[in-house]
Amino acid sequence: MALLEVDNLRVNFALSDGMLHAVRGVSFSLERGETLAIVGESGSGKSMTSLALMNLLPKRATRRADRLVFDGIDLTAAPEARMRSLRGNRMAMIFQEPMTSLNPSYTIGNQLAEALRTHRAVSAAAARDRAVHLLDKVGIPSAAQRLNQYPHQLSGGLRQRVMIAMALMCGPDLIIADEPTTALDVTIQAQILHLLADLKNEFGMAMILISHDLGVVARVADKVAVMYAGEVVESAASRPLFKAPRHPYTRGLLNCIPVPGRTAPGAPLGAIPGQAPTLIGAQRGCAFRDRCAFAAAECEGDIPFVAVAPGHHARCIRLNALEAAA
Amino acid sequence: MTAAAPAAFDTAPPRRRTGLLRRSMGHSGLVLGGMTLVAIVAIALAAPLIAPHDPYNQDLAHRLIPPVWQAKGSWEHALGTDKLGRDYLSRLIFGTRISLLIGTLTVLISGTIGTVIGVCAGYFGGKVDAVLSYVVTTRLALPVVLVALASAALVGSSLEGVIVVLGLLLWDRFAVVTRSATMQVARSDYVAAAQAVGCSTLRILVSEILPNILNALIVVATLEMAHAILLEAALSFLGLGVQPPLPSWGLMISEGKQYMFFSPWVIAIPAAALVLLVLAINLVGDGLRDVTAPENRG
Amino acid sequence: MLSFTSQRLLVALSVALTVSIVAFMLLHLSGDLATAIAGPESTAAQVDQIRHQFGLDRPLSVQYLDWLWHALHFDFGNSFYFRDSVTSLVASRIPVTMTLGAISLALALVIAIPLGVLAAVYSGTIVDRLALGFCVLGQAVPAFCLGLGLIIVFAVQLRWLPVSGTASWKNYILPSIALGWYAVPAVMRLSRNGMLEVLSSDYIRTARAKGLRPSVVILKHALRNAIIPVVALAAVQFGFMLGGSIVIEAVFNMQGLGYLAWEAIARNDFPVVQAVVLILATIYVALTFIADVANAFLDPRIRLA
Repeated sequence: MALLEVDNLRVNFALSDGMLHAVRGVSFSLERGETLAIVGESGSGKSMTSLALMNLLPKRATRRADRLVFDGIDLTAAPEARMRSLRGNRMAMIFQEPMTSLNPSYTIGNQLAEALRTHRAVSAAAARDRAVHLLDKVGIPSAAQRLNQYPHQLSGGLRQRVMIAMALMCGPDLIIADEPTTALDVTIQAQILHLLADLKNEFGMAMILISHDLGVVARVADKVAVMYAGEVVESAASRPLFKAPRHPYTRGLLNCIPVPGRTAPGAPLGAIPGQAPTLIGAQRGCAFRDRCAFAAAECEGDIPFVAVAPGHHARCIRLNALEAAA
Repeated sequence: MTAAAPAAFDTAPPRRRTGLLRRSMGHSGLVLGGMTLVAIVAIALAAPLIAPHDPYNQDLAHRLIPPVWQAKGSWEHALGTDKLGRDYLSRLIFGTRISLLIGTLTVLISGTIGTVIGVCAGYFGGKVDAVLSYVVTTRLALPVVLVALASAALVGSSLEGVIVVLGLLLWDRFAVVTRSATMQVARSDYVAAAQAVGCSTLRILVSEILPNILNALIVVATLEMAHAILLEAALSFLGLGVQPPLPSWGLMISEGKQYMFFSPWVIAIPAAALVLLVLAINLVGDGLRDVTAPENRG
Repeated sequence: MLSFTSQRLLVALSVALTVSIVAFMLLHLSGDLATAIAGPESTAAQVDQIRHQFGLDRPLSVQYLDWLWHALHFDFGNSFYFRDSVTSLVASRIPVTMTLGAISLALALVIAIPLGVLAAVYSGTIVDRLALGFCVLGQAVPAFCLGLGLIIVFAVQLRWLPVSGTASWKNYILPSIALGWYAVPAVMRLSRNGMLEVLSSDYIRTARAKGLRPSVVILKHALRNAIIPVVALAAVQFGFMLGGSIVIEAVFNMQGLGYLAWEAIARNDFPVVQAVVLILATIYVALTFIADVANAFLDPRIRLA
């Protein structure tokens, strides 16, 4: 049985202008120990998807899914108390902004211990020990002294490591990392990603890594789902996706990335013309058609999620035309 | 599905101006307060025409008659009479004039002082700001009620005295608000443009800064008006504000205090009038603030 | 933190000094004190004699420095009316005012902070609207009217509490409600707005993601940060209450500092008036200083800077 099964997840916001369809039928599954990367630009719905899994959506949002099951537990039917027992315990989340994600008025030690003692009946001393152990594991020097420090006394990179340690306190089965490196310097980014990969190998937890940066994702992910305008437009295992992307959007994304050694100096970088469509109001047809070089009349109708190879799907009705052109 | 480029950017300024009237109409507090205020102003203006009796006319044979809804009341004196036999309804009606007069004139004086201080502090910054802020801090440290009382007593308690004293004391909120509003506006492009063109400072202050802080200014003005009216009522209640026989509501309460155990309506009626007026003004002020800058709500 | 504190202390002291000058000047320049003391029926010769007797013919700066020097030694001269030293008068009245102020503030905080928190947590719902409505109504009712109303209802008609005076603790209940009423809207709004802002911050999202109970999220994580400006406001409101207690003391016939000042003003007893204004202003300055320091202390980012 898969650890996480998501089938037709939808998230809507009721705005004064109309209904915003932020997530429009996202489906994927995740096995234990597997790393799924969800990639997309801002507004593609990837963060909303992760918040929807933990039911941490803002008040005005409504979530619906045909199936949303975590380790046999039906998350759509779970009462809030049940969700609370899962959050931070069996499924944990790491957010994008380490600078503001920790409470400035309490010490690191206090906040770490709290993560554990909320779900386990352990003594303060035992919680402290585990906190020191994990701070060590995430590569923070002088871990024991750090416990008494306040968040503002640590740099951004260190704070993010603390967030990771905090997520690990209860030994979760699933970690959702929402753009964990976006707000950090490039050199620190690499360190954090390395750390996540190491931790995944050591503790064997499943991970959903959300990013807008394909380069970030390539090293860590087992499989990738590319999101655009609230839908998954392509999903595959990591290598096949990077070697042979099928959806025009994915191809466009990969073209934008300069590759050292291959991209000639001075050569134009690919760019996808146009902007993502607004998701307010009823949606019909392919969301990408206004920016796609291969768009045709049939793109206005329903687009199926087609299997182009075992485990490799793309949401496009013009795949054959694309193959011919490639 | 929607085609082409989405309206990603909000055309905020034009929408705000055209929607302002519509939003005002929809804001229940603003409408309610506004209508009440207009009614009270109308009463004040038409006082001699609608008051059934002369508010100063004493009739010692008919003292302390209760209002019409009590046993011994009559429609002759719908709200009863006070300890000197003066008709309460007429005094209440003429009292609107006093409260509104005090509110408006005080705000004009204190508003001018406070705005000048605030705008100068906000626009010139640096040492000017430091000095003026220090002045404001000092003023805030003074116990207002006490100083107002003492000054009123020395200047001579009277309607004019109260207006002058309150006007010279209640400018602090004006200064604080106009200062921060000016600081925001002073950084904008059109002010920089005016400076680049070589406009005189005075001209910039009057034609660029002032119109753009008007929103905040009006909101503070309404709230300070309510504040002034309440303070006058307190001063008159303590005997050092408006002097008898003027029908100030605060004075009416103080005059009725000794009878309040047996005839509570003597103080309940002017108190209700005070609350109604101040409530209306506050609703208008809060409503204006909500409608012009919804992010400041609450 | 230390440099911050000493800087603030310096500012506080200079403001206190400036206030003393302003208070002194205000009284001496508002009218002719000699005439006021002598009374309206006195002759010019009597006025001049009084002017000389009280040293009012000296230059203003000399009068001020003389007064300040004595004030720093807690000698405020003698009251004209009470024939007693101002210092002992003030000392006997201050406890009443301080007690009244403290109870009023405590009452106001106990009502306003939970109300503000509830309004923020249930923002947009009927709870929020009721709380805000309560605020709006509170700001429209003058304290002395509320005081009189409370007397009529609770002391006269229900006979639960005494009407006036300061005999027992029961005497402080109604006045505290009337005086504290004034501070509730401001504290409630600040608590509400502070909580709203804090509740939408990232670390609250983190707290929820850790599976913490709502009460823990609100009370331990949110309130701890939202309360910081409220502490400063509470100190300032206490200062306002001390100044505004004059009206409540008059309504409830309580022999406090405000009542003393009122009597003194009515009788042109200006040494008392000067002393009370200076004392109240100094207390206010001290309170804002404490508020600033408390503000800084409660935020670890400033405390450990």
